[in-house]
Amino acid sequence: MNKELASRLLLKMMLIRRFEENVQYYFTLGMIHGTCHLCIGEEATAAGTCLALEKDDDMFATHRGHGAAIAKGIDIRRMMAEIFGRSTGVCKGLGGSMHIADKDVGVLGANGIVGPSMALACGAAMAHKMRGEKRVAAAFFGDGATNEGIFHESMNLASIWKLPVLFICTNNTYGMSTHISKVMADTEIEHRAIPFKMKACTIDGNDAELVYETVRAARAEILEDPQPILIVENTYRISGHSKSDGNLYRTKEEISAWKEKDPIRTFAGRMEAQGILTKAETDALWAEADEKIRAAVDFATQSPYPKVEDLYDSVYAE
Amino acid sequence: MAVQNEITYAQAVRDAMREEMARDPDVFLMGEDIGVYRGAFGVTQEMYREFPGRVIDTPIAEAGFVGVAIGAAVEGMRPIVEIMFSDFISVCFDMLLNQAPKMHFMFGGKVQVPLVVRAAAGCGTGAAAQHSQSLEAMLCHIPGLKVVAPSTPYDAKGLLKSSIRDNNPVIFLEEKTLYRTKGLVPDHDYTIPLGQADIKRTGSDCTLVTYGRMVPTCLSAANTLLKEGISCEVVDLRTLLPMDKPAIFESVKKTKRLLIVHEAVKTGGLGGEISASVAESDAFYYLDAPIRRLAAWDTPVPFSAVLEKGVLPDEEKVCAAVRELMG
Ligand SMILES: Cc1ncc(C[n+]2csc(CCOP(=O)(O)OP(=O)(O)O)c2C)c(N)n1
Ligand SMILES: [Mg+2]
Repeated sequence: MNKELASRLLLKMMLIRRFEENVQYYFTLGMIHGTCHLCIGEEATAAGTCLALEKDDDMFATHRGHGAAIAKGIDIRRMMAEIFGRSTGVCKGLGGSMHIADKDVGVLGANGIVGPSMALACGAAMAHKMRGEKRVAAAFFGDGATNEGIFHESMNLASIWKLPVLFICTNNTYGMSTHISKVMADTEIEHRAIPFKMKACTIDGNDAELVYETVRAARAEILEDPQPILIVENTYRISGHSKSDGNLYRTKEEISAWKEKDPIRTFAGRMEAQGILTKAETDALWAEADEKIRAAVDFATQSPYPKVEDLYDSVYAE
Repeated sequence: MAVQNEITYAQAVRDAMREEMARDPDVFLMGEDIGVYRGAFGVTQEMYREFPGRVIDTPIAEAGFVGVAIGAAVEGMRPIVEIMFSDFISVCFDMLLNQAPKMHFMFGGKVQVPLVVRAAAGCGTGAAAQHSQSLEAMLCHIPGLKVVAPSTPYDAKGLLKSSIRDNNPVIFLEEKTLYRTKGLVPDHDYTIPLGQADIKRTGSDCTLVTYGRMVPTCLSAANTLLKEGISCEVVDLRTLLPMDKPAIFESVKKTKRLLIVHEAVKTGGLGGEISASVAESDAFYYLDAPIRRLAAWDTPVPFSAVLEKGVLPDEEKVCAAVRELMG
C-alpha cells in the first residue's frame, strides 16, 4: 500500500462518513424531505470497490448508494444539491437520494427497487464486450437482494454469455429487519455462484485495502478473460435501514461490537502503525473531508429549486 | 347509539385484519418486514405476537411469495399479502396479471382465488419516481381483479373485511399519506360491500368524482367553494373495479356538471374511463358544461418537494377547475 493510494482510500471513506452524517442531520432538521438509506459503517465496501474501478467503468448501485457514488467520483456538491432537491443537483432535483446518478463518471444510478442493478450491469458489460472496449461493469446489491429471482437470472446470463461484470454483494446480514439466517438455508452467499460455474470469493468488507486489492485483481482478470466474478464483501450497517427504522431487530451490543470494527478508524490506525501515514496526515484528511462537505452543504442550500414549468422537457429524450 | 372510536387509517387496516384472523383460521398474512419491524408503515405492529405462525416475514422475493399466496388461496386459504410499496408489484406482475385474475375464468369456474394484496400507494412523501406511483388504472385494466382504494378509516376497515371475505383476488390500495389520518369507526363488526360508491358530501351545482387521498382534498375544496355560493357533491368511488357507475350518473344528472379528480397521471387514467362512461350514458344529456379531468401531470413523480407538489392536483386547482366549469 503506497501513501498516495492510502490517502485516497481514507479520504473517500471520510467524505462518505461526513456526507452521511450531514444528510442525517439536515434530514432531522426537516431540510431534506423524502427518505434516505445511509451507509455508515459500510464505507470500505464503497471506497475499496469503486477506487479499484476506472472512471470509464460502469457502476450500478442500490438504494443505499451514496457511498458508491461518492467513491466513483461524483461531484459531491451537486450530489448534496440533489438530496436537497435543488436544480443544481446531479439529477436536476428529479431523482433524489434513491436515484443519484451521473453517467459522466460511470455512476449509472442508485435504485429504488431491490435487484435490477444486477441485470442492468450485465447489459452494460454486454455492450462493452460487443464493442471490444476495455471496460467492466460493476453491480452493487445487498444480501437481501440475492433472494430475488433477478439475482439468479442475472448470474446465469452473465455466466453463459461470459460478461465482464463484477457482482459486488455488500453483505450486512440484514435486509431491513430480516437477518440472512431467516431467509437463506445456506448463508454463504458465495455458494450461490457454484451452479453458474462462476468464480466467487468472500472477504472482510470492512478492510478497505483488502476490498481494493480483491476488486482490482478481479477487474484485471475479467478484462483479460471476459467472465463474471462474484465478490461478497462482509460488512455491517451502523445506521438504521432508513428513517423508519426503530432498530427493534438487533441489539445495542451487536451495534457497538461492529462500531469497534469501524472501517475508517481501523484503516487509519493500520496506516499509522505501518508508517505509511502519520497521525497529522490522517487528521489533515479529516479536516479536508469536513471542509469539502461543508462546502457541499453551502452549495446545496444556496442553490435554487427547480421549476415545475420545465418538467415536461425531462420526460423524453430528443 | 353504537359506540364509535376515533382511530387512524393504519389502525383500521390492522383491526380489520386482526378481526378477520380471529374469525377465520384460514386467514394469514405474508410480507416483508411485517413482524418485528412492525411493517414499513407500522401497519402490522404487534400482530406477529398475537397470531404466531400466521404473520409471516418473507425474503425479498415478491414474485415467489405472491405466487405462494395464490397457490394457498386455490387450496382454500385466505392469504393477505403486503407489498411494501405498490410500485413493487412490477416485480410480481405475472402473478397479478396472468395468474390470480384469470384462474377462475380459464379453469371454467371450479377454482377460486380468495387473495388480498395490500399495497401502499400514492405520492406526497418525497419518495420519488419508484416509490410514489398511483397504478390503479393499470390494475383496473385486468378483468378478474377487484381494486379497492379507501379514503377514510371507516371505509378502510369495512372494505378490507369484505375484501378478505371475497372469493376473488383483490388489490387493496392504501394511500401512504392517509395512514395517520383519523376517523370514527364503530365498535361492532361491519362490512362495506365492494363496488359501492359513497356520497361524501351532497351538493347541487357540480359533481366531483374522486377516490383515495383526493377525497379529503375535494372535500376541503367543496368547503371553500360553498363560501362562494357553489355547492359541490363529492362522490368517493371507494371501489375502482368494479366501479359504481350508476352512482356517478345519478349525481351528474342532479348537478349537471362533472369534474373527475385523481392523483394518478392523466393519460390512460381512470378519469378517461369515468368520462367515457358518462358520455355513453343518458346522464350525458343533462350536462351543462364539458366534462373535466384534473390529474397529475404525465411525468414520473419528481423528487424535489416543489416539483412533487406542482404536478399534483390540490385544493386550489380543484377550486379553479370547478369555477371554470361554473362558467
Ligand atoms: C423489489 C423491492 N422489494 C422491496 C423493497 C423494499 N426494500 C428496500 S431496501 C430493502 C432491504 C434490502 O436489503 P439488502 O438487499 O440486504 O440491502 P441493504 O438495505 O441491507 O443495503 C427492502 C426490502 C424494494 N425497494 N424493492
Ligand atoms: Mg443487507
